[in-house]
Amino acid sequence: MLRYTIRRVLLTIPTLLGVAVLVFFMLRIVPGDVIEVKLRADGGNVSQEVVDAERKRFGLDKPLVNQFADWMVGMAKLDFGTSMWTERPVIEEISLRLQLSLQVAIMATLIAVFIAIPLGTTAALFRDTWLDYAVRIITIGGLSIPSFWFGMLIMLSLLALFNWLPPITFTPIYVDPIANLTQLIWPALAVGYRYCAVVARMIRSSLLEVLNEDYIRTARAKGVFEKLVVSRHALRNALLPAITVIGLEFTFLIGGLVVTEQVFNLNGIGQLFVQSVSRNDFMLIQGMVMLIAAFYVFVNLAIDLLYAVFDPRIRYS
Amino acid sequence: MTLVLPQPTTPGAFSAALGKVGEFTRQQPLGAVSFVIIFVMMFAGIFCELVAPYDPLTIDFAAILAPPSIDHWCGTDAYGRDIFSRLIYGSRTALVIGFTSSFVGSSLGATLGIASAYFGGRIDSWIQRFMDVLLAFPLIVLALVVVAALRSFVVGGVDMNLILAIAIPIIPRVARVVRAAALGVRVMPYVDAARAAGYSNSRIIFRHMAPNVVAPYLIMLTAFIAQAILAEASLSFLGLGVVEPKAAWGLMLSGNAADFYREAPWMILFPGAAISLAVFAFNLFGDALRDYLDPRFKV
Repeated sequence: MLRYTIRRVLLTIPTLLGVAVLVFFMLRIVPGDVIEVKLRADGGNVSQEVVDAERKRFGLDKPLVNQFADWMVGMAKLDFGTSMWTERPVIEEISLRLQLSLQVAIMATLIAVFIAIPLGTTAALFRDTWLDYAVRIITIGGLSIPSFWFGMLIMLSLLALFNWLPPITFTPIYVDPIANLTQLIWPALAVGYRYCAVVARMIRSSLLEVLNEDYIRTARAKGVFEKLVVSRHALRNALLPAITVIGLEFTFLIGGLVVTEQVFNLNGIGQLFVQSVSRNDFMLIQGMVMLIAAFYVFVNLAIDLLYAVFDPRIRYS
Repeated sequence: MTLVLPQPTTPGAFSAALGKVGEFTRQQPLGAVSFVIIFVMMFAGIFCELVAPYDPLTIDFAAILAPPSIDHWCGTDAYGRDIFSRLIYGSRTALVIGFTSSFVGSSLGATLGIASAYFGGRIDSWIQRFMDVLLAFPLIVLALVVVAALRSFVVGGVDMNLILAIAIPIIPRVARVVRAAALGVRVMPYVDAARAAGYSNSRIIFRHMAPNVVAPYLIMLTAFIAQAILAEASLSFLGLGVVEPKAAWGLMLSGNAADFYREAPWMILFPGAAISLAVFAFNLFGDALRDYLDPRFKV
């Protein structure tokens, strides 16, 4: 187990390094950078000397390899550089908004998991009945309705039913839980629907698979109550693949938030990402991509290690 | 008097295909329904000029924010443009970008997946490492980075930057699935026979192995058309995809649409419904195709 863990942890290094190389050079293949957006966006007539001086200030005049080396050395010292737009440290810009996005993500996960488990289980147990079809339609809807449009529908219905819109300013949950929840529950619902659909489908299919196993037949044959067969024997084994999906989808929630935060006008990670992309703020884009990728890689690592604990065959292969 | 049609003695290719369609419809009624939706969308997208009642770009100050009526089925937007016509033109945008990017991404992914399985060893592990890197980005995040890198890059009225931005995240996801299928094909005797006969690697990959992984390829292709349409809508919504005044569903929801929650909810309802219906149809069709082509996956 120790050898497997070490090998698996070491494997994350090339992936993260690859992400760094990819994002760094991809952003710089095509000419155009933050200085141009900043100084020439409004058709401003700025002399080349000023542009060059600004580039020099941000180190954009150095050869690419040197810029990359600087960035890597900085990251090794946990210094992610400064935003080229606001000129504040990338870490600061991100951590300002992480709290909000993380809370929405966690709430969406809770909503999704609590709805998905009964939904998926019902669909599997009543396979090919109207209940199953209803669940399948609801879940396919979740995969099809864009979360940002669902968010807009929520706003529209709040407006139509209560003539009320959620507040725009963010209040941390420890300051005023009610103000906080009335603002953030809606985006959590909007991104949670898709999440719930994915998890429910996974639970349905893995539960159907497990219900065909020999040990389920054995349990039934020895007269275990059907309720116990489902809850103890089947669901427990079906949840493992579902946990993988829950973990992976959690990182992909960031992707959903990128768009949905725009709808609810939330100043979170997603909005920051879109802003920095339209401003060509390389340092901030790089920092955020590294954060998201690192998050994904570590969730994956955790899932793999969890599997190895549960399934000894993986450790020895 | 009855008309006697000449009956072909052997079933031709056409009636064989028709039989397949009939079989698919019987086995997958939901898939057939979704195909009808896709067909209507494709028809509207191809014959926009004939189907749309108005020009999608004509500004009509006399009909700004008109509610749905007989003249304007889905109402008009803040410039008095007919929303129904813009939806029809938007289906062209969605289909062109959705289909092209899914095709490019799936084909590159499938090629890499088969090559990875065929060569094995060091090449396999290099390709897999590279795919792992691409997989570490959520789809929309990678698409945004590619958009940031390419900026606007339009060739012949088609947004190439958008197509590439959506195709690249698809590559690793398809490569993974196709590689798994191709590993099974790799050990087949006919691949060894082809190698023994001295065929080139590319010939073996494209002529001998590729035809045997067509099923997973097609399933992934249709499933990713849905994802690609969703991604295009999201990027356009963020103002980083298709740009005004071109008609695109995501774009119709962005910018000033949100300012009219109270006055003109139809500006939000119809484009979103169009996106959802299109993605729904492709998702359902992909599911049905999977069940039909590969009954092993049927759970």
